[in-house]
Amino acid sequence: MSVDVKTVKRVARLARIAVSEEDAERMTGELNAILGFVEQLNEVDVSGVEPMTSVIPMEMKKRPDVVTDGSKAADIVANAPATEENFFLVPKVVE
Amino acid sequence: MSDLTHLTISQARAMLRTKEITATEITEAYLQAIERANPALNAYVVVTDDKARDMAKASDAKLAKGEGGSLEGIPLGIKDLFGTEGIHTQACSHVLDGFRPHYESTVTANLWADGAVMLGKLNMDEFAMGSSNETSYYGPVVNPWRRSRLDTVVMPTTHQGDGGFVSAGGTRTARTLDNAQLVPGGSSGGSASAVSALLCAGATATDTGGSIRQPAAFTGTVGIKPTYGRCSRWGIVAFASSLDQAGPIARDVRDAAILLKSMASVDPKDTTSVDRPVPDYEAAIGKPIKGMKIGIPREYRVDGMPEEIEALWQKGIAWLKDAGAEIVDISLPHTKYALPAYYIVAPAEASSNLARYDGVRYGLRVPGKDIVDMYEKTRAAGFGREVKRRIMIGTYVLSAGYYDAYYLQAQKVRNLIKRDFENAFSAGVDVILTPATPSAAFGIADEDMAADPVKMYLNDIFTVTVNMAGLPGIAVPAGLDAKGLPLGLQLIGRPFDEETLFQTAHVIEQAAGTFQPEKWW
Repeated sequence: MSVDVKTVKRVARLARIAVSEEDAERMTGELNAILGFVEQLNEVDVSGVEPMTSVIPMEMKKRPDVVTDGSKAADIVANAPATEENFFLVPKVVE
Repeated sequence: MSDLTHLTISQARAMLRTKEITATEITEAYLQAIERANPALNAYVVVTDDKARDMAKASDAKLAKGEGGSLEGIPLGIKDLFGTEGIHTQACSHVLDGFRPHYESTVTANLWADGAVMLGKLNMDEFAMGSSNETSYYGPVVNPWRRSRLDTVVMPTTHQGDGGFVSAGGTRTARTLDNAQLVPGGSSGGSASAVSALLCAGATATDTGGSIRQPAAFTGTVGIKPTYGRCSRWGIVAFASSLDQAGPIARDVRDAAILLKSMASVDPKDTTSVDRPVPDYEAAIGKPIKGMKIGIPREYRVDGMPEEIEALWQKGIAWLKDAGAEIVDISLPHTKYALPAYYIVAPAEASSNLARYDGVRYGLRVPGKDIVDMYEKTRAAGFGREVKRRIMIGTYVLSAGYYDAYYLQAQKVRNLIKRDFENAFSAGVDVILTPATPSAAFGIADEDMAADPVKMYLNDIFTVTVNMAGLPGIAVPAGLDAKGLPLGLQLIGRPFDEETLFQTAHVIEQAAGTFQPEKWW
């Protein structure tokens, strides 16, 4: 499978990365080189093989459903580019 | 006093305990070395002088009372991927501009609890994506090793005074260092360069496809990626969560064992942290390997591999045989599919993990006409080319209609890769010996690598299988190539059998010796 410039622009949109026309064209070549490389996986017979879900077999850990942490709103917003009273500030999203 | 930066961790530990040296003295020696070398090597992105001095002082107070942990007063460098409270933590990316976490990663917290001293944050490929440390926002790291050539020098005939020193002339050979700058490997290039150039006693690193073992091999240092689940991932910036593991880069096998013992733990904050006690890795060093079964996988003999790598491998086999191990040929038939499967699984997980960098909660924000425009501009400006490339691949393979063909297929192949190893181990193989990398260190801005991303990816061909199967792997220096550059061998073990890796790597180290670059910086 290979991608064209239009697909690259659509994927960039899904990934929320702005790309120029020039970027998209360069990326098309690079992505096709990588997709060409991974193509060889199709020759592997995987019939009856389960997809891996966990590399080390282990039982999922559970913990009591209680509050163990919190009350640190100021810490959480401390690195944000824009805040007001412990809220993250973003451009207006609803009219 | 001789230069304290030449002491290994085990040597420094002994001298600190007997009070022959102080933590402050050794810390100052490293800070001076960094100040001199870092402009040339670019291994550190931040030096935490004040913090280092405070921590050393606290260590000295403990040592004076005969107290202190297993790493009390030992100065370490920390890869920029580890969250360090109040200190620059950016995974060497512009998108995390100015980020200073309000928490400490579990691995670094373990090191500080054992008394280690932090010298600073080490350079790396952006978000650990790279094999040459050239994708860092802070510029490439330089390998302290340089190529050299052997010249025949004609000695002049000299006379010095009456009856004084006389040289009869003749010839001798001399090594001349080449000026070309080489990469230290990646992504833990800062860690490897700093350890090799004696700018820290040891360093933390992380490995998703080879990021500890490949730079260790390129710099003549020892690097171990432990079993998935052995070190907590909590507080480490995530790249590909099912593959990422922390581990040390150190000067010798013993130092690596000492560091891993401290870094590893059982952590309730990481659900993939495995609930089993951390053994005393150092105790495995020096135990005989007589009767041990060493597997040699035929699939690791790849086309175009330099003869020197093959010769090094044969040397490794001979050393282990001489030490009484039994050498057996094995087959890991799905080896060639590990790298292509990795380049689906790792970018897929990365595209998901890196979705969080949106200009809202931390780091860089580039204003836009609406919120989506802000996201897109922030991510376009904040991520470098390689990171964008991987996010794009990951987004594509996970997108509607392609998930089964790519991601599901890759995860099935991953199970087959794991099964290959399980078959070898259940047939009685204790440890597998392979080359660590298909070549020695290459030049910064290598044109072939820059032109084709897949060429760069091939660096990890021998290491990536280990991440795909979750196994422990260690890279240990085994010799120099014809140009005087270090080459490494890799040992792969059973899950949670890091002890056998240290034990066997030590045998190789005893035979091969340790390697130091000639100082030019």
